[in-house]
Amino acid sequence: MSRPRSTGALGGTSVPRSTIATMSATRRSVLRGMALSGLAVGGSGLLAACGDDGGGASSGSGATVKFGINEAQGSGPAYDRLKAIADAYTAKTDTKVSLNAVDHNTFQESINTYLQGTPDDVFTWFAGFRMSQFAESGLITDVSDQWPIDGLGDSFKQAATASDGKQYFVPISYYPWAVFYRKSVFEKNGWAAPESKDDFMSLMDDMQGKGITPFAFGDKDGWPAMGTFDILNMRLNGFDFHMGLMAGEEKWDGDEVKLVFETWKSLLPYHQEDPLGRTWQEAATSMGNGDCGMYLLGTFVVDALDESGDDLDFFTFPQLDDSIPADSLDAPIDGFCVAAAGKNQDAAKEMIKWLGSAAAADAGNEAAEAPFIAANSGASTSTYSDLQKKSAEVVGAAANIAQFMDRDTNADFASTVMIPSIQEFLKSPDDIDKITASIQEQANSILG
Amino acid sequence: MSTTDTRSTDDATRPAKAASQAPRQGRAKKLPTRDRLVVIAMVAIPTFLVVALVWLPAVGSVLLSFTKWNGFGGLDTIEWVGFQNYQDVVTIYPPFWPAIRHNLIWLLFLFIFPTLLGMLLAVILDRDMKGGRLYQTAFYMPVVLSLALIGFIWQLFYSRDQGLINQVFHSEVDWYGDPNINLWAVLIATSWRHTGYIMLLYLAGLKGVDGTLREAAAVDGASEVRTFFHVIFPVMRPINLIVLVIVVIESLRAFDLVWVINKGRNGLEIIAALVSQNVIGEATRYGFGSALAVIMMLISSVFITIYLRIVFREERQR
Repeated sequence: MSRPRSTGALGGTSVPRSTIATMSATRRSVLRGMALSGLAVGGSGLLAACGDDGGGASSGSGATVKFGINEAQGSGPAYDRLKAIADAYTAKTDTKVSLNAVDHNTFQESINTYLQGTPDDVFTWFAGFRMSQFAESGLITDVSDQWPIDGLGDSFKQAATASDGKQYFVPISYYPWAVFYRKSVFEKNGWAAPESKDDFMSLMDDMQGKGITPFAFGDKDGWPAMGTFDILNMRLNGFDFHMGLMAGEEKWDGDEVKLVFETWKSLLPYHQEDPLGRTWQEAATSMGNGDCGMYLLGTFVVDALDESGDDLDFFTFPQLDDSIPADSLDAPIDGFCVAAAGKNQDAAKEMIKWLGSAAAADAGNEAAEAPFIAANSGASTSTYSDLQKKSAEVVGAAANIAQFMDRDTNADFASTVMIPSIQEFLKSPDDIDKITASIQEQANSILG
Repeated sequence: MSTTDTRSTDDATRPAKAASQAPRQGRAKKLPTRDRLVVIAMVAIPTFLVVALVWLPAVGSVLLSFTKWNGFGGLDTIEWVGFQNYQDVVTIYPPFWPAIRHNLIWLLFLFIFPTLLGMLLAVILDRDMKGGRLYQTAFYMPVVLSLALIGFIWQLFYSRDQGLINQVFHSEVDWYGDPNINLWAVLIATSWRHTGYIMLLYLAGLKGVDGTLREAAAVDGASEVRTFFHVIFPVMRPINLIVLVIVVIESLRAFDLVWVINKGRNGLEIIAALVSQNVIGEATRYGFGSALAVIMMLISSVFITIYLRIVFREERQR
């Protein structure tokens, strides 16, 4: 799944955004797909492309750490930040860092073979179930001896913890999923961010009355609608049920999930029609040009709008059930793991601890024009835009943070069952019973 | 007598000698060691490559298709599940049957439209018209482009909100998103490329047709259409066979275009894309994906068998 990186600048092009999305299905992954379509077993070592052998001392001055990052050179601020962080580490500790920069999608899709082949010592990854899964399989190293890290609070420590209660991950940044809107459009129409379900419903009715589609919506890529499912499930059934469902402990064909789909169905008339042919970039454009009032997406929505984001604001999805406060949201956390098969474990652990520090976040943010929101509370926020400051505030205030469906559950299940099933629901919203039953059947087969 | 005796023994030994020499001459001459090594290498290396790169993975896929494995850990973590994957594929995996249907539609569509159109274009371009080269290049151009790029180019036409077609006709058709339409939209994009390919093959075929055949037909008073269908077309039999095979192969390996568009979901399910969804990318259902791959292999072998039978019968008739 191609989670967009927060590049910030796609500037000055006149091609529709959709085309950029299409292009990002890299030639490499397509070719690989062709080569593999007949033979089911994947090759290995695709990612172990560059980087020299880490000779010399095993840690401290003069050592070399291999650092695998999921942003290709020239891919914008995301790469610049990671490069700057690596350079800052070398400057500080005299440890050489050998970067292995791989395209984002390729990195994610090859992660299994990468970790079981000859991985780099430290690599970029996400918090959540998939990190935990690697920990269970012994593919990543226990770094609990490096925790606690100054400036990283309990919620981040929790997110870095795998099922065995130990930490395997160090966070660096995160971004929230929320409902974005244009300040100017809201001002012009006298709208305000809704506080309650009633506000929310009347806001949407008012928008429709004025000929504006309340929600922009696109699910061509399959994953954006997962965000809608996540937030509805958290609002209607609570955070614990959501996480239980993601872990395979709750039933997909039960009344709770049906309620989510029923509610979603009742909200569909407020969404843009035909979402399955629309990329998230196109949907963002409809919100940007005022055809639609709001858009539920991650902060990377700014990337599709060709602007600084000064005219954008957001609110968290309002409460839907009186007994469940609106205090949980999706806020995927990015960070680092140490590969168990990496050669230089000691130096890698030392580095990963530093990567969680405020200094690392600052080094990254100073080097790139679009800053990320640092996980470390000690990091400087001087380069933040209003949007980022607010993001930090909102996530800081949240009681529970989910990582997004495809990071919180089994990847096999998310991509081969949930994406087609949600798309099926969007095609025929009346078939909820059939769809939930099919999800459960497949979940039994995959997770059972 | 003694002389005759010796002669007769001579006579007797001569044919015997000749006989002992003859088989040696009949067989391929004994090759010098070097040549023999070369021949052995030329047979052994390709055999090794075919076995290692085709047969071993194929057998591996078949074996994996009876297992459940997520690619983590050693081979000992592979779980044997018998026919479970196949049963799941045909019963609880919703995209499977649509995928089979879409592959068949793909095959039929490619057979009918681009093939006929390509043939027509070839016949027209074969007539040395003014600017023929230009048209030829224009029609052939898409063939040079990768299908991934073609998906991107057509996205500019098909995009629902920003695409050319909807802008020009003020329509709101969701070309790539509506599962009832998108297969046809994709087929048109494929045909755009495929037509040029077929055209070039037939153009080559037409250039190879003996000119006297046309003259003879013209002298006999046959119309051009009649000449084409009764004289030229049958003569191009080898080309027709090649086209047949290419169409079958192209439609079975149809993959890149739908993968670029939406990774083979939502109305664009095809078997190759389902295999990829399950084994590459983030999902690693190696067993399940292998089961799909094996099914694809079985379907392909049906067509390959038919093709080989035609080819062999052809050779026997010669």
